[in-house]
Amino acid sequence: MSAIEILGLEKTYSAGLWRKRQRCALRPLHLNVEAGEVFGFLGPNGAGKTTTLKLLMGLVFPSGGSARILGREIHDPRMKAQIGFLPEQPYFYDYLTANELLEYYAQLSGVATQERRRRVIEVLGRVGLEDAARLPLRKFSKGMLQRVGIAQAILHDPKVLFFDEPMSGLDPIGRRQVRDIIVELKALGKTVFFSTHILSDAESLCDRVAIIDMGELRGVGAVADLTATVEGKVEIIWHGSSLPASLQALTSESHLSGDLVRAVIREANQDAAIDALRHLGVRILSITPVRTSLE
Amino acid sequence: MSTRIVHIASNTFREAVRDRVLYNLIAFALLMSGAAVLVGQISIGIERLVVVNLGLTAVSLFGVVIAIFIGIGLVSKEIEKRTLYTVLSRPVRRWEFIAGKFFGLAGTLVVNTAFMAVGVFAALLYVSRAFHRADAWILVALYFIVLQFLMITAIALLFSSFSSPLLSAVFAFSLFVVGSFAEDLRGFAALARGVSHWLATGAVYLVPNFASLNVISSVAHEQPIAKQFVVSSSLYALLYTGMVLCGAVLIFERRNLK
Repeated sequence: MSAIEILGLEKTYSAGLWRKRQRCALRPLHLNVEAGEVFGFLGPNGAGKTTTLKLLMGLVFPSGGSARILGREIHDPRMKAQIGFLPEQPYFYDYLTANELLEYYAQLSGVATQERRRRVIEVLGRVGLEDAARLPLRKFSKGMLQRVGIAQAILHDPKVLFFDEPMSGLDPIGRRQVRDIIVELKALGKTVFFSTHILSDAESLCDRVAIIDMGELRGVGAVADLTATVEGKVEIIWHGSSLPASLQALTSESHLSGDLVRAVIREANQDAAIDALRHLGVRILSITPVRTSLE
Repeated sequence: MSTRIVHIASNTFREAVRDRVLYNLIAFALLMSGAAVLVGQISIGIERLVVVNLGLTAVSLFGVVIAIFIGIGLVSKEIEKRTLYTVLSRPVRRWEFIAGKFFGLAGTLVVNTAFMAVGVFAALLYVSRAFHRADAWILVALYFIVLQFLMITAIALLFSSFSSPLLSAVFAFSLFVVGSFAEDLRGFAALARGVSHWLATGAVYLVPNFASLNVISSVAHEQPIAKQFVVSSSLYALLYTGMVLCGAVLIFERRNLK
């Protein structure tokens, strides 16, 4: 059973005075996330990432389709006891302290009374806020609020976590802490579904990613598979003083440095390029695949 | 289920208690009770009447202001600030959230009323030097004031579930004013003919009848309040409050949160 099954979920908003203008925020989305995966949801601003998360959390209602989390429908309260959610740029009750806020959320999540205090102390320590536990949230910086947000999401030990831009507003140390938390959660067998703009985080953390743009899914797969299918190129370095004429048509870019020539050639032309260089008696120093980033 | 409502109610109560504006309003109310003592001193022979009238009116008026002022933001503020996201992503049903918010504010108003009532009784004791048997009816008047608070809280919560704070305040306050003149509206409906009669009659049933729940004048004149009237008024207030809350739940259950 997949941890998250999105079955044609879509959302169209009615806009205008008479609500006749239709704006499609999410086209029918089909997606499966397996248990224990760290899954990245990538896309530019306005792509539909937050809409998807809000649909899964039951904050907005779908125009079509359905979804299941841990085998239960998205509006099932029993399912919600098993998930944690960090919204984008979270805002909490600023008249509460971090302790009080987490106690409140623990109560709402059904954490046993005798367990609450221990869990609150534990998660505050994990996000590095143990010294700020008694400060009112109105005195928290943006980064501290983000960390409280992560704390409330993991507080009740959920099986599936949804993070909307978890690195947002964090300094490098904070981002490192969040990355470590996500790695920890994966090691504990949790499923993490997070949206991000930071491609390097997706590349380093995610087992698989989905790319969405203008409300439509553009690709799903392991990061390596996605980057391999985008473009296949190789870089060839050899001793020489110039790019041979026979290679010019095959080369997309070249660079001379001293007595070394570096040329980037499409993978499909790799054999032809190597044959041409061997025919010229050139000494090839290296042939390296050029890995395109997600960007 | 009921524990989640209690937790949401407790948090709402805590929010109200930590809101500094609340203390200003309570201070004003107590000030009015104190002022009633001064006014009573220049109204020889009717000091008690003035203190009870002014004091209870202050309790009622400021309580309504608190109910509307806090009530209009109960839902809309949470949507605006997105604090609702991390609540509804938990095993909390939307109707539980509405119920918890209502009981939280209702509890706040009951506690406020108790504090302000102490001020009224203190003022009464000052002018009368002792409590009389008839003073017990003040407690009945306070009970009726609390019933009004329940109704206006539910109304403010209803508007808050779909409207902005400003519009909610205008609607809620307008409904309170019209409801305070409900008996006059009933009289107009009886005299009107044709479409006006039907519209006015419809309005009589829809508009909350705050006028019938206002027993301040009777209590100030030491007139007893019939048990049957207390029971029927309580049923009316609770039924009206329940229906308005159901409306709030129905609207909120289907609302897309931005």
